[in-house]
Amino acid sequence: MSKLSPLAGILVFLAIWELGVYLFNVPAYLMPPPTAVAKTFVQEFPKLLFHGWVTTYEMLLGYVLAVVIAIPLAIGITSSHRFDRFITPQLLFFQVVPKVAIAPLFLVWFGVGTTPKVLVAFLISFFPIVIDAAVGLRSMSSEMTDLARSMGATRWQLFARFRLPTSLPYLFSGLKVAATLSVAGAVVGEFVGADKGLGYLLLVTNSNMETALMFATIVALTVIGLVFFYVVEFLEAFLIPWHVTHRVREGSGTM
Amino acid sequence: MAAEAYIQLDDVSKVYRAKAGQVEACGEINLDIRESEFVAIVGPSGCGKTTILKMVAGLQPRSSGSITVGGRSVDRPQTDLGIVFQDAILLDWRSVLDNVMLQVDIRNLDRATYEPIARHLLELTGLKGFEHHKPFELSGGMRQRVSICRALVHDPPLLLMDEPFGALDALTREQISMDIQRVWMEKRKTALFITHSIPEAVLLADRVVVMSPRPGRIVEIIDIDLPRPRKLDSMPEKFSEYTGRIRSIFKASGVLAMD
Ligand SMILES: Nc1ncnc2c1ncn2[C@@H]1O[C@H](COP(=O)(O)OP(=O)(O)O)[C@@H](O)[C@H]1O
Ligand SMILES: [Mg+2]
Repeated sequence: MSKLSPLAGILVFLAIWELGVYLFNVPAYLMPPPTAVAKTFVQEFPKLLFHGWVTTYEMLLGYVLAVVIAIPLAIGITSSHRFDRFITPQLLFFQVVPKVAIAPLFLVWFGVGTTPKVLVAFLISFFPIVIDAAVGLRSMSSEMTDLARSMGATRWQLFARFRLPTSLPYLFSGLKVAATLSVAGAVVGEFVGADKGLGYLLLVTNSNMETALMFATIVALTVIGLVFFYVVEFLEAFLIPWHVTHRVREGSGTM
Repeated sequence: MAAEAYIQLDDVSKVYRAKAGQVEACGEINLDIRESEFVAIVGPSGCGKTTILKMVAGLQPRSSGSITVGGRSVDRPQTDLGIVFQDAILLDWRSVLDNVMLQVDIRNLDRATYEPIARHLLELTGLKGFEHHKPFELSGGMRQRVSICRALVHDPPLLLMDEPFGALDALTREQISMDIQRVWMEKRKTALFITHSIPEAVLLADRVVVMSPRPGRIVEIIDIDLPRPRKLDSMPEKFSEYTGRIRSIFKASGVLAMD
């Protein structure tokens, strides 16, 4: 029952939207009814698929780049005070600079190809991963450190056997936030200058007043973002089952 | 006497330097613990019990005095021991058996040799059948039992316990006290047991060290001359004589209100 209610909520929302469009006679170029959006989605599916794949590709590259750079950086930050003091203010600086403002610069530097989009997706997903990974790597209790030291654990053992696994639940919350942001990053990159991708399609449909296709594009973007989020969540359940099981149990109240 | 002591604390003190100023946790600590002896330290919260345990384990430097374990001065984390903390501190991602075996894995000992020992300890503490459960499936008492097994699996000469029952309910505390007594009678390790429960100290220890409020000093060391195995429900008169005596020491130092 509880699994049905979000779906029911969406259906009610769509029904009100559909009815509202007819009742108030809203012109289609302003607000197409959901049925028209669905029809366009099906008709234009090959087009959406092509542009969707371009955006997905840019998003994934940017995300993977962010993961690959953010995790070692978080390890560096949490293992050396000097490195922390040196790098953290700069990270904050780059995070505060609006990504939308940097995107045109990337266009100047790297042209209209894939690179600027990947970079914006990278920049946008990078920060939450570094922050949460660092919080996770610092989350080990001092008792656990004492325990490890009483066992004669080496520095490497302390890291690999205790600190890193302890950090994973935090790391994954950062990875999930980043997953939802990275789509937006790729789209922002495409807004600035592109000849393909869902961001490009949004601009084109916008200037042509093809509002139904624009809505269909937004739906496609949402689907990509959701699917990506659930893929990361699935990975989480697979890699740190102790954490996820715990959470589910606490939530379900079957204990 | 001094030569045969396994643990020797000579005029040990600890002053923490915090931002708000210096905190003298404990001082003038003189204590000798013989091999295979079970010593309990009782004292009010904040009197430096944990600090003493950590100094003995080499996990916290002392401010003055000397500590030797097995004839050697303690100046780095000691590894020839097992520690039980107030929280079980189990690794969520390891099964019960593998949490006990963590001790073996980190020390690069032979798994095949120690796994039967781990299983035996789990059986001794009533955890048979739970070897492959994950920590989150266990109650607080069971988790603490796992951590006791982990502290013993490598057969260390010394067992340190810092309020191991602190977070448990009364019934579980009693059960685990019995488990500890059983394990200790089988292995006869030197044991330093920290608690704020007077009956638990008297139940388990050969000697009870009574401490004053912070800055902690040793007020008295009481020999507990009771036959083992000791049971809470069939204790001779002497048991309550001991607890009464410790209680009156606490009253005299203002820890317990006069009644
Ligand atoms: N790492 C620390 N830094 C500063 N003060 C500490 C630290 N650890 C303990 N203390 C202080 O030392 C005193 C004794 O602490 P502790 O040994 O934990 O007492 P107990 O275990 O008897 O409750 C307390 O007042 C406590 O606040
Ligand atoms: Mg304490």
